[in-house]
Amino acid sequence: MKFGIVVFPGSNCDHDAYHATKKNAKQEAVFMWHKDTSIPSDIDCIILPGGFSYGDYLRCGAIARFSPIMNEVINFANKGGYVIGICNGFQTLTEAGLLPGTLLRNKSLNFVCADIHLKVMNNSNIFTSKLKTGDIIRIPIAHGEGNYFADDDSIAMLEDEKLIAFKYCTKVGEITDESNPNGSLNNIAGIMNKGRNILGMMPHPERYSDSQLGCNDGLKIFESIAHSLK
Amino acid sequence: MKKRNFMKMYQASIQITLKKGILDVQGKAVENALHAIEFPMLTNLRIGKHVELNVEAEDKEKANALVTDACNKLVANPIIEDFKINLTEV
Repeated sequence: MKFGIVVFPGSNCDHDAYHATKKNAKQEAVFMWHKDTSIPSDIDCIILPGGFSYGDYLRCGAIARFSPIMNEVINFANKGGYVIGICNGFQTLTEAGLLPGTLLRNKSLNFVCADIHLKVMNNSNIFTSKLKTGDIIRIPIAHGEGNYFADDDSIAMLEDEKLIAFKYCTKVGEITDESNPNGSLNNIAGIMNKGRNILGMMPHPERYSDSQLGCNDGLKIFESIAHSLK
Repeated sequence: MKKRNFMKMYQASIQITLKKGILDVQGKAVENALHAIEFPMLTNLRIGKHVELNVEAEDKEKANALVTDACNKLVANPIIEDFKINLTEV
């Protein structure tokens, strides 16, 4: 299968995503420039990578959302195409209205760069199919605006329809305030749309996809996608 | 004879604030700092954004509609932010 990685001005995890998908998950991967007005027809899954697109000016992801390629990403996603937004990519997906809610400033006001644990809340989707519901994975975060917020109805809908992919948890899987690094409602770290073809997550699986870095828990997400779409 | 549209220039002053009920962590931190010095009587501090821009339109109503549309699409995030627009002809 083939991943397409969008490069916005200010993206800085695009090459990590390329390495994780191409070298670690051993799939095809190409970069796509933000000014492109079409997406190659053989792309199976689009990655909106982490970084600081357009300097995070105005609001994170707000300007990237109007990049020329985003019209095509929205069309692709609305037709059921698979899209994963990581960190700044998640922020861009919420700004584009492809995922509900938004990411507020971290409750602590600090930029948090740390290893955290995630509980897999659901594995009946292509992004976590090679994991089990309840699995705990270790993935790094690096963000200043990762505090997931949505209105009460949206949070209830995400919970009821099992659209929360990951929650922040302790090493042994307890979902507690102490294990919540940014103040996200219900410890939410990653969510999907109703069609389950779009995933947004603040943690960086691409940064823990190579065992040389001491942990490759993130690789399971790219392997899940590759396995599901082969 | 071709009808001429007389366009006017307005300056829009846009005030963007987080909706009530959304924790303004930055505002809270500044408020706490004020309380730590000599201003314990200052409360409910909220931090927002101020945006100014010029808009050319036939009249104030049309200018307001344009700026409102721009705010809803990009300048503000209606999920978490409220905005107020003040227009003056320049």
